[in-house]
Amino acid sequence: MTSLRARLAWATPDPASRVEAPEESLTLCELANASGLGPSAAILAGRNVLVRTERQIGAAQALLELDGLAGRLVLCPPDLAAEHLPHVLGVAEIDAIVTDVAAPSLEALGVPVLVLAAPGAPIPEMATECDSEWLLFTSGTTGLPKLVAHSLAALTGAITPALSVGARPVWASFYDIRRYGGLQVLLRALTGGCALALCDPEEPLPDHLRRLARFGVTHMTGTPSHWRRLLMSGRPDAFRPSYVRLSGEIADQPVLDGLRSLFPHAQIVHAYASTEAGVVFEVDDGREGFPADFLGRSGPIEMKLDDGSLRVRSPRTSTRYVGPDAGPLFDPEGFVDTGDIIEVRDGRCRFAGRRNGVINVGGLKVHPEEVEAVINRHPAVRLSMVRARANPITGAVVTADVALVDPGAVTTAEGVCDLRASILAMCRSALPPHKAPATIRFVPELTMTAGGKLDRSHA
Amino acid sequence: MQQPIIKGRPWTGRKEGAAPEVAEGSEIRRQVSACFRTTAAGQDRVLQPLSDELLLLDSGLDSLCFAIIVAELEDQLGVDPFSDLDDAGFPVTFGEFVGLYEAAAQRGR
Repeated sequence: MTSLRARLAWATPDPASRVEAPEESLTLCELANASGLGPSAAILAGRNVLVRTERQIGAAQALLELDGLAGRLVLCPPDLAAEHLPHVLGVAEIDAIVTDVAAPSLEALGVPVLVLAAPGAPIPEMATECDSEWLLFTSGTTGLPKLVAHSLAALTGAITPALSVGARPVWASFYDIRRYGGLQVLLRALTGGCALALCDPEEPLPDHLRRLARFGVTHMTGTPSHWRRLLMSGRPDAFRPSYVRLSGEIADQPVLDGLRSLFPHAQIVHAYASTEAGVVFEVDDGREGFPADFLGRSGPIEMKLDDGSLRVRSPRTSTRYVGPDAGPLFDPEGFVDTGDIIEVRDGRCRFAGRRNGVINVGGLKVHPEEVEAVINRHPAVRLSMVRARANPITGAVVTADVALVDPGAVTTAEGVCDLRASILAMCRSALPPHKAPATIRFVPELTMTAGGKLDRSHA
Repeated sequence: MQQPIIKGRPWTGRKEGAAPEVAEGSEIRRQVSACFRTTAAGQDRVLQPLSDELLLLDSGLDSLCFAIIVAELEDQLGVDPFSDLDDAGFPVTFGEFVGLYEAAAQRGR
């Protein structure tokens, strides 16, 4: 397998093409032909390396340095809590850390820490190029983070090499490249020798869109929630992408129609992908859901429904969960269970939620149990059940049904209001904003199953 | 034009003996405005003064705030106009946002 850096060099990027963030940029030629680690990179040969960067551009640089050199590279998402690092170091058997900003907290972890400089040093000779294993974090797990293994071949399996000699796409994304969705965009840009404009959560949307227009972005990706935010921002000024891609959550008809109307000449594609299942399919007919004949069709990407949930067998899936207690990724036939429930109606498949109840709020996953645990700590609460509620802005929001210790104690409207506010305040102090319930409903009781568990069948 | 999909309980914004059309619109405006304020406070956001021309982007609220507002208004008014945006498209200003709910309430009765 050719390394990522070799593939970038092979794509012969234009000398002026850059990976750009609001305050800094690197040319693709610098990334392809110069090292930010220099001779010290040699100690990483065949080693397991954690990539923990402050900036996205640092992560891009680190991945190019390490693919083909490290035996295993582990890409930390931006929100990975520092307290989880010792666990990750153990599970992934990490030998060294590569970062872009020196930090005593990293040095305290007990493995060598290498800090990237701007690319400028000659790339050290490698005796042999290895097939680096890529470990990515699955989204939305509770407690300890969970890792899955990929290869560069699987990660880039959905990318078709450009055959035309015309102008190359200029990519941009609302995603952070340190997560699966954003990583796909980075890999598309690097393997195609294309410029890429990175996002910055601190940058106001109008400034971001002006920068994208200035940078000449033609191809833009994001979740439906990202795109709805753009639709509700007014005119995107000079930003006129020719290719608009949605993934990471369900693309509904209003967002597809809104984008069609805003960008009448753009190709609008919604894709289905996950860290575990890889990129599965794309839909470009402008309609929500996907054609039912995708199920059961032959080819490298196979899809089927099992007990209503979508299963995928494909060379683009990850290869396994990583860690001592990691369960199996595949069923006996080699399919990955996505956990997404599909309804088939009128020749069209539509997504009807998650089997395990995971709630997707604007691309961020929420496990009901973690929210219930917080609500149940409230002295007035006997039991709670948290579920997804469909929402046209973020796809879903968290909603909670709450049974009280003493339902008779709260009788007035003000009392209900105060209690709701008190539970919400508790959630907001203990959870990130997207995990706190958007609405709370008080119910007389919550149904239990025969096995004594909360009956989530109607959730 | 398709009828909007009405979720939840029927719209109950209009009370017995309430003033007609124009005042009804302003009742919805009052509820929408109140919802913007409580959501902003709950999410520790500084809400800009509400006017028809205020761009939602400049309101001080993020996507999650709007998601909460839409869920809350669905409970209060019984309509979710975003489920059938039709020709209206996504609202860009506060005035357009209020207009969506006023139009949905009109159609929903």
